[in-house]
Amino acid sequence: MSHRLSTGGRLIDRSERRSFRFNGKTMTGFAGDTLAAALLGSGQTLVGRSFKYHRPRGIVTSGGEEPNALMNLGTAKTFEPNARATTTELFDGLTAESQNHWPSLEFDVGEINAKLSRFLPAGFYYKTFLWPRAFWKHVYEPVIRASAGLGKAPRHRDADHYEYMHVTTDVLVVGGGIAGLTAAKAAAVSGAEVMLVEQTANWGGRAPVDGAVIDGQPAEDWVAATVAELEAMPNVRLRTRAMGAGVYDHGYSLVYERLTDHAPDPSRPRHRLWKVRAGRIVTATGSIERPLSFAGNDLPGVMLAAAVRDYVVNYGVAPGKRTVVVTNNDDGYRTALALKEAGLEVPVVLDARKQATGPLADAAREAGIRVAAGRGIAKVTGKGKVEVVHICDQAGAGAVVEEVRADCVAMSGGWSPVVHLWSHCGGKLTWDDENACFRPDPDRAPTGADGTPFVAAAGAANGAVTTAEVLADAWAAGGGSGEAPKADAEDRQPMMPVWAMPAQAPYALRAKSWLDFQNDVKVTDVELAAREGFQSVEHTKRYTTLGMATDQGKLSNINGLAVLARELGEDIPAVGTTTFRPPYTPISMGAIGGEARGELFQPVRRTPIHDWHEENGAHWEPVGHWRRPYAFPKEGESTHDAVTREVRATRERVGLLDASTLGKLIVKGPDAGRFLDMLYTNMMSTLPVGKCRYGLMCTENGFLTDDGVVARLSDDAWLCHTTTGGADRIHAHMEEWLQTEWWDWKVYVANVTEQYAQVAVVGPKAREVLQALGGDMDLSKEALPFMQWAEGRIGDFDARVFRISFSGELSYEVAVPASQGRAFWDALLDAGRKHSITPYGTEALHVMRAEKGFIMIGDETDGTVIPQDLGLNWAISKKKEDYLGKRAQERDHMTDPLRWKLVGLETLDGSVIPDGAYAAEEGLNLNGQRKTEGRVTSTYYSPTLDRGIAMGLVERGPDRMGEVIDFPLIGGGSVKAKIVSPVFYDPDGEKQNV
Amino acid sequence: MLILDCPYCGIACDETELSPGGEAHLTRFGPGSSEDEFEGYLFMRENPRGVHFERWRHAHGCGKWFHAARDTMTMEVFGTYPAQTTEPPAELRKTISEKRPGWSWRDFS
Repeated sequence: MSHRLSTGGRLIDRSERRSFRFNGKTMTGFAGDTLAAALLGSGQTLVGRSFKYHRPRGIVTSGGEEPNALMNLGTAKTFEPNARATTTELFDGLTAESQNHWPSLEFDVGEINAKLSRFLPAGFYYKTFLWPRAFWKHVYEPVIRASAGLGKAPRHRDADHYEYMHVTTDVLVVGGGIAGLTAAKAAAVSGAEVMLVEQTANWGGRAPVDGAVIDGQPAEDWVAATVAELEAMPNVRLRTRAMGAGVYDHGYSLVYERLTDHAPDPSRPRHRLWKVRAGRIVTATGSIERPLSFAGNDLPGVMLAAAVRDYVVNYGVAPGKRTVVVTNNDDGYRTALALKEAGLEVPVVLDARKQATGPLADAAREAGIRVAAGRGIAKVTGKGKVEVVHICDQAGAGAVVEEVRADCVAMSGGWSPVVHLWSHCGGKLTWDDENACFRPDPDRAPTGADGTPFVAAAGAANGAVTTAEVLADAWAAGGGSGEAPKADAEDRQPMMPVWAMPAQAPYALRAKSWLDFQNDVKVTDVELAAREGFQSVEHTKRYTTLGMATDQGKLSNINGLAVLARELGEDIPAVGTTTFRPPYTPISMGAIGGEARGELFQPVRRTPIHDWHEENGAHWEPVGHWRRPYAFPKEGESTHDAVTREVRATRERVGLLDASTLGKLIVKGPDAGRFLDMLYTNMMSTLPVGKCRYGLMCTENGFLTDDGVVARLSDDAWLCHTTTGGADRIHAHMEEWLQTEWWDWKVYVANVTEQYAQVAVVGPKAREVLQALGGDMDLSKEALPFMQWAEGRIGDFDARVFRISFSGELSYEVAVPASQGRAFWDALLDAGRKHSITPYGTEALHVMRAEKGFIMIGDETDGTVIPQDLGLNWAISKKKEDYLGKRAQERDHMTDPLRWKLVGLETLDGSVIPDGAYAAEEGLNLNGQRKTEGRVTSTYYSPTLDRGIAMGLVERGPDRMGEVIDFPLIGGGSVKAKIVSPVFYDPDGEKQNV
Repeated sequence: MLILDCPYCGIACDETELSPGGEAHLTRFGPGSSEDEFEGYLFMRENPRGVHFERWRHAHGCGKWFHAARDTMTMEVFGTYPAQTTEPPAELRKTISEKRPGWSWRDFS
């Protein structure tokens, strides 16, 4: 059983006890522990249940590659699922719960799935999906959903906050082991700005645990001295708990720093996402040990050999009392020696190689450890934990030659360089036969803007194995000149690739040999996938789920590839790897969002009158980046009733609308008229000064994209109104054509949207209200007729007054400088009091425009509608040779007489048709669905007509006036509507033209 | 996350400052053009593996449109130049020829 040793532990402080809770039970550890170390130190070897079969699982690793020990951390607003116990630093009061167990970790009913494992092979999701069809929805999916899955999604709003940091640097070094430190030093002494990041809390990586000696000093001392030296240099920035998450084009990189995970402090950001632009990036990300594939290798107590010695040396924790070491390379002996030194039993080292020679094997023998060469593990058995190791010949088929009692197995299947960051941005890999691993191919590095490589791998991440190789490689990667740090050469014995243990393992053993612990993928699953024709490694991944989920196959990928290659009769490099994608290990959604939350998520654009709306109970509606009042409900009034009241008040007396959000673009210059003739479908160059004209803008594809009233300000200047959401887009559209197509035309465009407040004074009493303010303007019908504008003073305000109407009423849209906007609004409210002037919102605006049959961009248009569909041919010039969209509108699909066209729809029963309803016709289409002949684009209750009105696009609609069509309702039944003119109110325009 | 030099500002722009605008050097076809000409103008694009010319706008900067020549595989940038031209500058074409002998893109080489 795992336990805390009485001495040792280079990273812990035994004078500082830390209390934590695991599954409701209080346990203790020490400062410097990871949660995994503290759990093992407390005797907790069972930490979770597997994804599919609910098998008992224990801690396998000591780092970010951990597949099993996933925890729900914290509670309520600080709850976080899928945290790896191996990378979670212990603090007082930490609460953790194991995942995927029901009803409890020790007794789990899902274990029945394991008994059914022959019915849950690779791709079983897809297979159950097929037949019988109804079973998926009613049987398989509910069962799978209930029993599978990792952590629970948080249910509360995250109480923590997060931030970004932007930085540029000459060199970014990822990884703070001896390779990273060496590369950083090499770059720093040459004068470069260096940022060095390490994902754990401690510098030095594996070297201090593995007993390396550098420049004559123990690694631990060399690391401390080097860190001190780098800290003293002004051109070096060092961060621990900061993981290089991703490498992107042109030296862009993300670094994920965990600021307070180890010591919660709500006053500080929890995570910081560094957005780094680096001239060069050195990936000194080390390597990850591989498991061995033998039966029962997923039992709690079976761990990576290097992790076993990490727990002993770093934390003074023994993963077991009696540990069998099984290895195919020299490194396993280091674990055996570390265990022996800590006073723990090592009954045998099983070395899969035919001969166990070399200094490390000799040292083990000298320490009194039995070494068995050519041996492997046939299977490990035990009830929920390691109990008996069944030893066999590695070369054989699993005949057991000996049984050894043990409570821990330390396995080493060789090492895989961490090539993720190298690969993120296009770095290619080469197969290293000697060490049976993929490593970066220096001839095919990621290249930057100048075409030269900008990423260099260093040390173990580059395939270097011994300390001496690591140091020399890292010094070169850092661009160092002069003397590199040195270490003695080592007499290393070649490793032997072991992809199956034993080599001739029969099906019964392979079906218990796990490749991917997190996703419950076994050797036989990959074999089955290969037999079923999944030859591409990417397809095999998706079919078997090998290498998916939070660990992304950091332990399983190479072993899985090897099984696939063997089954396909190919070499491993020919099969290749799956794609490495950022982030290296999961990063929090909070860090990705950064400060962009709540009010900072998207800044709100405010009109000069915004505060009045807020003070007067506006029910808001987001429009573009603006907030606009939807309506102004009074105390106790529903929004619907408020809209009705606002419409009636406007039609009967006078209403007031804040129209400041409408886009206002000034187009000026000798070629401005010619330019606008190209942009609008109708003729703007002939518009006389002082007049207004409604215009339509299309894309080159012919589709209507924006509309608005254009006023000619002077001989060479036009003011173009756009939709609220369209101002920036249309401004950019104009700039694009001016800069990239007609760059010799003399035109200047200025977006003055926010320079003016614009208020629409609307209704039969509008003129009276404005006249009551005084000023020097003649607002009579004769002096300022419909579709004209004038400038002057209204009261004390500098006004530009447009006689335009989007409601069908007598209407003045008055623009005043933004600084005068609020005062003008208040003055209008005062002047209109005797007419009960009524501010109205966007919904009343919508209702009134629909009553008049005016289209709305985004309602009647959706990017597939041309002006001709909307009966707007009157606004399309027949004289012009060209305008944007004209050629496209000549295509045969656009002139098809069967196109759906705009009509009004009047329900027979007076009800309101649901928005987006489709008109169905007899017969079925090729998909077996009812045919449709039209759809509703706008639909409202009309207070003016006291009935439902709608507009819609209907096949040959304008030719079918008076016909009744049928709109089926969701949930049954249908609404019948008569096709009518879209203009429901004042068809002759008598009210607006007074 | 590319870095491109804005030929107007003369500064190296992070991609977050820029808006992409698709393929460069399109010839506009309007009324009177054939169906094939119009289809080619509106829809047909090169999408090459290698040398490519594209349009970018320094949207969060000077607001100007410019062209960039780059390798879509290696992300190497051969150069940028103002958008007020119908073809890549001769000097840039020479630079590309030195780095990618035998390159061609539409009618340019």
